[in-house]
Amino acid sequence: MNIHEYQAKQVFAKYGVPTPKGIIAETVDQAVENAKELGGPVWVVKAQIHAGGRGLGGGVKLAKSLDEVRELADEILGMQLVTHQTGPEGKKVNKVYIEDGADIKDEFYLSVVLDRAAEMPIFMASTEGGMDIETVAEKTPEKIIKIEVDPAIGFQGFHARELIFGLGITDKEEQKKLMKFAAAVYEVYMDTDAEMIEINPLVRTGSGDFIALDGKMGFDNSALGRQKFIAEMRDITEEDADEMEAAKYGLSYVALDGEIGCMVNGAGLAMGTMDTINYMGGTPANFLDVGGSANAETVAKGFEIILKNPNVKAIFVNIFGGIVRCDRIANGIIEATKITDVNVPVIVRLDGTNAPEASEILKNANIANLIVGDDLGDGAAKAVAAAKGEK
Amino acid sequence: MSILVNKDTKVIVQGFTGKEGTFHAEQCLAYGTQIVGGVTPGKAGQTHLDQPVFNTVKDAVKATGATVSMVFVPPAFVGDAVMEAAEAGIELAVIITEGAPVKDMQMAKAHATKHGMMTIGPNCPGVITAEECKIGIMPGMIFKKGKVGLISKSGTLTYEGANQVCKAGYGISTAVGIGGDPIIGLSYKQLLQMFQDDAETEAIVMIGEIGGDLEIQAAAYIKENITKPVVAFIAGQTAPPGKTMGHAGAIISGSAGTAKEKMDALSAVGVEVVVSPAEIGKAVTKVMG
Repeated sequence: MNIHEYQAKQVFAKYGVPTPKGIIAETVDQAVENAKELGGPVWVVKAQIHAGGRGLGGGVKLAKSLDEVRELADEILGMQLVTHQTGPEGKKVNKVYIEDGADIKDEFYLSVVLDRAAEMPIFMASTEGGMDIETVAEKTPEKIIKIEVDPAIGFQGFHARELIFGLGITDKEEQKKLMKFAAAVYEVYMDTDAEMIEINPLVRTGSGDFIALDGKMGFDNSALGRQKFIAEMRDITEEDADEMEAAKYGLSYVALDGEIGCMVNGAGLAMGTMDTINYMGGTPANFLDVGGSANAETVAKGFEIILKNPNVKAIFVNIFGGIVRCDRIANGIIEATKITDVNVPVIVRLDGTNAPEASEILKNANIANLIVGDDLGDGAAKAVAAAKGEK
Repeated sequence: MSILVNKDTKVIVQGFTGKEGTFHAEQCLAYGTQIVGGVTPGKAGQTHLDQPVFNTVKDAVKATGATVSMVFVPPAFVGDAVMEAAEAGIELAVIITEGAPVKDMQMAKAHATKHGMMTIGPNCPGVITAEECKIGIMPGMIFKKGKVGLISKSGTLTYEGANQVCKAGYGISTAVGIGGDPIIGLSYKQLLQMFQDDAETEAIVMIGEIGGDLEIQAAAYIKENITKPVVAFIAGQTAPPGKTMGHAGAIISGSAGTAKEKMDALSAVGVEVVVSPAEIGKAVTKVMG
């Protein structure tokens, strides 16, 4: 789960990571009120969406008067903000964060993520702040410092020293401040079950303070149960409505732009099925994992969600029944065709536990539009042919 | 021969009396696995599925001599359970539980390593040595005894792959589902080496996914250490960038961890890479000559 910048800064504040003062607004009037309260003389008006690159997309702007705050808030609120992370359709801005302008001396980059190979958190820091870190990694990888932190010992002095010397901080007071800053960031990471913290830029001010000018945080979904404070920050307007509807029924769904709807058990096989359709000359319309406990209701819901997509010309149901028994899935498909009007060809491939029984059930049901696939390759080929209108 | 587990392996179940633990322990017993007891705190002295229940893993190990634990403990407590197993002298913990917090697994894995305990999973189907010992949730009947070792991140793709290998007439020595979470136990490298050293295994199938770089590391390892033929499939060639496809590990960010990158790395070291999982059986036939 991801959260907004203003929320990340609330989390930072709780752990003593310095941030500029700011207040969130949902209307233009509120934005101006917030600016008055902050006092000025300059403010930053920042679009709140779950995507990076907001500045370049025109979602972050500097205001030098209350009139400018009003103007900019009016411009940004409700806009469809397009960045390199939103896709071409962009994301609608529902909230703006009004923040005190900072006295920026220079900009750094700091993040903490899980290093999967080392199996521990890793700090990444760079003097190239304010830039896209992927670009820095590609062009000047030597400018990125990486510091692994073993959770068994926590964030120690030597970690902090590696950071300050690596970033070329020479002033004693500044060194102390940045060491404290990094230790607090580590505490945020561990304590909130974060998956990722990115502060870009981390700025040094004219008076030698370090503050998080931006903040991006993502969390381990498996840990949200024990992170109530974080879980409450979920913004459902940032999530895909169909994906959420699917999740309610234990289905994992992602829309794609092809023509063949897919319903599969298991994430790996679901991706493998999409790959097979692609390999055979078709295009997958979605990823849909029905999970381990598929029944008539979930299968029916799956059909309903797939068929909402007007591009779907055929559906490929590919189930390898392990613990899920194929006869139950077959009955589920028959029930589903009664509940939902399935008006495209459905290719069904059931293998594994009780597959012969399932095959009998489907044959005897006499459902128009239903085609049986013998194995993964055969089923995918039939689905591709059906989507092209071939028999 | 086989790897990791065989007909003599003694297994206990952590989370023995719960719904999942009970159902799958029953299936494993029916397959012939030597399940010699289980652990559910507070239920010591009871008998479940005709096997003794213990309060702690230490007690269970002492009384039964078990060396492997199959873990079905709920996600919030799984880290604790794995660390307990490590300290009790268990040699291999097979963690089936889905949805374990990453931080907990990180701690548990480090602790397991410190105590010399191997782990498999979490969020995986488990390990099976065909017709001898099944520790996990896979449908046992598709695994016929044979000469192909299988390593897979995905559950149902393990079944798909094994089924094709068996239908092609070769059979499976041992199959291991390693799971797709960010922190996992045994991975390609260690398992490839075990299969390389196993006299019974003649070829290896590895099934990977987008996200992370384990398959890239495996490719480098194969180049230096593995002489047996390897067939590979990487799921997620058609997955859109930046989206999670069910498995927490399957996130592509930027260019790292794409299916293409992994397929190229494996092809470059002589692995028979297939574009669709439907081709696994054929590819095994090809490399087995």
